[in-house]
Amino acid sequence: MTVHTAPPQMKTAPPGRDATAPHPAALFLRALWARPAARKLLVLAAAAAVLVPVAAAAHGSGTWPSALTVDLSKPLTGASDWIIDNRDSHWAFLYFFGHISGAIIAAVHAVYTVLLALGWAGVTAAAALIAWRVAGVRVAVTATASFAACGLLGMWVPTMRTLALMIVAVAVSVAVGALLGLAAGLSDRTFRALRPVLDTMQALPAFAYLLPVVLVFGIGVAPAVLATVVYAAPPMARLTALGLRSTDQGVLEAVESLGATGRQRLLTARLPLARRELLLGVNQTIMMALSMAVIASVIGADGLGDRVYQALSTVDVGSALAAGIPIVLLAIVLDRTTAAAGASGPPSSSARRPWVGWALAAVVTASFTLGGRMLGSQTWPDGWTVAIAAPVNTAKDWMVDHLYTGLPGIGGTADLAAHYTGWILDPLRDGLQALPWWGALLLVAALAWLIGTWRTALTAVLSLAAIGVLGRWELSMDTLSQVLAAVAVTLVLGFTIAVPAARSPRVERLLRPVLDVFQTMPQFVYLIPVVALFGIGRAPAAAAAVVYALPAVVRIASEGLRRVNPGAMESARSLGATGGQQLRQVQFPLARPQLLLAVNQAVVLVLSVVIIGGLVGGGALGYEVVFGLAQGDLATGLTAGVAIACLGLMLDRVTQPTKGARDGA
Amino acid sequence: MARKTMVGAAALCVLAAATTTACGAADMTKQASPYAAAAGTKTVTLSVQSWVGARANTAVAKYLLEHELGYRVDTVQVDEVPAWDALSQGRVDAIMEDWGHPEQEKRYVEDKKTIAPGGDLGVTGHIGWWVPKYFADAHPDVLDWRNLNKYASQLRSPESGGKGQLLDGSPSYVTNDKALVKNLGLDYKVVFAGSEAAQITQIQQSAKDKKPFLTYWYEPQWLFNEVPMVEVKLPSYTQECADKGAADPSTVNCAYPTSPLKKFLNADFTRNGGKAARFLKNFQWSKDDQNAVSQMIAEDKLSADEAAKRWVEKNPDVWKKWLR
Repeated sequence: MTVHTAPPQMKTAPPGRDATAPHPAALFLRALWARPAARKLLVLAAAAAVLVPVAAAAHGSGTWPSALTVDLSKPLTGASDWIIDNRDSHWAFLYFFGHISGAIIAAVHAVYTVLLALGWAGVTAAAALIAWRVAGVRVAVTATASFAACGLLGMWVPTMRTLALMIVAVAVSVAVGALLGLAAGLSDRTFRALRPVLDTMQALPAFAYLLPVVLVFGIGVAPAVLATVVYAAPPMARLTALGLRSTDQGVLEAVESLGATGRQRLLTARLPLARRELLLGVNQTIMMALSMAVIASVIGADGLGDRVYQALSTVDVGSALAAGIPIVLLAIVLDRTTAAAGASGPPSSSARRPWVGWALAAVVTASFTLGGRMLGSQTWPDGWTVAIAAPVNTAKDWMVDHLYTGLPGIGGTADLAAHYTGWILDPLRDGLQALPWWGALLLVAALAWLIGTWRTALTAVLSLAAIGVLGRWELSMDTLSQVLAAVAVTLVLGFTIAVPAARSPRVERLLRPVLDVFQTMPQFVYLIPVVALFGIGRAPAAAAAVVYALPAVVRIASEGLRRVNPGAMESARSLGATGGQQLRQVQFPLARPQLLLAVNQAVVLVLSVVIIGGLVGGGALGYEVVFGLAQGDLATGLTAGVAIACLGLMLDRVTQPTKGARDGA
Repeated sequence: MARKTMVGAAALCVLAAATTTACGAADMTKQASPYAAAAGTKTVTLSVQSWVGARANTAVAKYLLEHELGYRVDTVQVDEVPAWDALSQGRVDAIMEDWGHPEQEKRYVEDKKTIAPGGDLGVTGHIGWWVPKYFADAHPDVLDWRNLNKYASQLRSPESGGKGQLLDGSPSYVTNDKALVKNLGLDYKVVFAGSEAAQITQIQQSAKDKKPFLTYWYEPQWLFNEVPMVEVKLPSYTQECADKGAADPSTVNCAYPTSPLKKFLNADFTRNGGKAARFLKNFQWSKDDQNAVSQMIAEDKLSADEAAKRWVEKNPDVWKKWLR
């Protein structure tokens, strides 16, 4: 609300007079005023002192006042009916959306046909050769092994479908992102306008995007590609803009003095110098697109995501894993290849005549394709598969049998879940819901302002207020309680793991592949094992969220701890500080920005899984989105989706340390 | 540089595709899946719903279409209401098992005529409230809804907040449970598992420990073979109550109806689908047949294809009729 626009509090004593009449209270206030944090709080307290009585008198101090809500269900239902009735006849659909959808389908079809024509031998050879040319022999071996593994798991066709969808989605995302980034990189005004939009898009859980796209495009591949583009383009735009803006001024001036035109400057100096950021952008876009491609299976995207989704409906963890592993492998191959492309120097230094290598690669691919054809099988041969589903399921059953009730001392995972729900989640939820609405706004304002700037605080407060206006206050507080509790668990676990990982390179090396796998495994795969372990409800959703968010927290936190100035550590040690003292008094304070970034990432990631937790009884906003998707109910789904978006924005702003911190990521 | 070439090529594809379709109207209902007919084969796309019975229908239909009629079959999992949407747009060709969606039926079958009825599946569906047999044996009077409040304290869970828990499944299923609990004055809270998979996992887990539970469930369902359950009697279903519920769903206070499950086909597909359309219309089997396949998929963890194959080999007299 308008808490921040109140005038700054009057100082208690004018600066010139304090030598003559130093009142103790005035001195105390002045001392406080000298600290920025206290100053912010004082301003806020003053604003609150004026506004809260008014707000409380007008609307009470309970949950969000109903007088301040807007019911959107009527217009939304109307809009949804209109779209369904006119989808086949209105010009906007026939001449605009229809062409978009048609073009996407044609493009995916073309890529898929090419992949099928290459056959398994051709595709594997092409992947290996591209990886070899771009990233070297090791990645090429990884690529070969990964594609072979996809075939071995019996997932060749779904993998090709996901790959076809991915290639189109990534191409469009990169094009859109690069254009936006170009505009933002060249014009300050565009940059300022675009930045909050990109920030917001990145904080949104993917699930919230799906419903509106489905309504306009129906289910299928076209809406899946579009949802993926919306989700994956922002990092490309952000990094392109960053790359263009950080060009060395000296170089630019030199180029200018040579009489280069604006376009020449862009093409010959700024873009080549931003190569690293551009390739990092492509890398990020690919990773985001892959995770979205799986979630999009809910709206009929087919491919690997659909296999995971179908396996889950038969409670078949083994099959879900068999479809999940190719996703992880694709992610690893694509990540390593693009990361290597970004890390290598300018292209001229890598080979004197690059086309020879590429021609060779093309010839080898062609010969493998022909060889595959002569063997007579274009898709992976049926006999060459390994069924991992059964053993995995046996292992899972054994684990569940032994953990569910039988743990000595703490009972079992079932009791653990009951305690987590009863002792932590319920009180937290009830507490948040009992908080007076203006109290919640004030709290968010204070937190966001202390950590960030008044801008972030204002955005956070407005987002929270928007939730109230949409009439989703209680549900959002429920979701919020789940997020907060899971974030707390994630941070405790994450920092505990990060400390040894930061101290010993060996631990870090051991941990890295595990973290990679957990982070790229589609969230859906976690859902069934956690239900088997924790029953249905909010506890399994929290468990899945913790597993999903942990890798990022461990990685960022250990990175931050490791980068702490060795000199500071050395001097602490020479002063006789123990290990614990070093950690508490040197490492943690010095790594504060990184640790805050870890908190921020934990919040964003946990929120995205807590929403998917609607599929395992997590209730609250996640359930409303699932319900909206399942029943085609735009009013419920979209309102909840917007509330989630606001919640995500609020949480992101509250935990966003400084303005530029996220740009480096 | 490889990436740029690849990206460039893909962008070119998009552009080419856009220009070739750019003159004239592009009707989204005429746009099939990009994976369909990729290798020059005739493709049929079937919608699979999330419950296992529906997967059994689709698995057998798929197996026979592929092995007896030479089609390629794609299956896509979508929720019920979006599946109707997809069917009307031609994204899928058939829904094999529908539990009754009067609103969609009116919109698409009667008004827009984009969907055509495909006849009965041969299976009768029934929704209700069920308790495990071991619990009903110990407390026979739980089987009448009037006594449910007596057992509320035994059916509590962390999620039900001091009341008894009525376990519901996926939000996509047809349910009046919230209204029923309110209108019958029951001391229960409806807890949505969020998906059928989660609900089944929870039921199996409770059954393993012989814990009591009360759940929304339906027949035919393979889980009965593994966890025997008995239905709780609700106030009997009447036409009057149904009419009242149709006008305002929050007033329902009687049991669910027993309804024959139906198939629906895309209208264009019924006209141009040839043998496949005729086959899908003829497809009709019994509850036992469906359960046999369902159990092989869900409990024995066979792949849907393998389960269908085993059933098809054993029951030629059932499916031979469908091929006529």
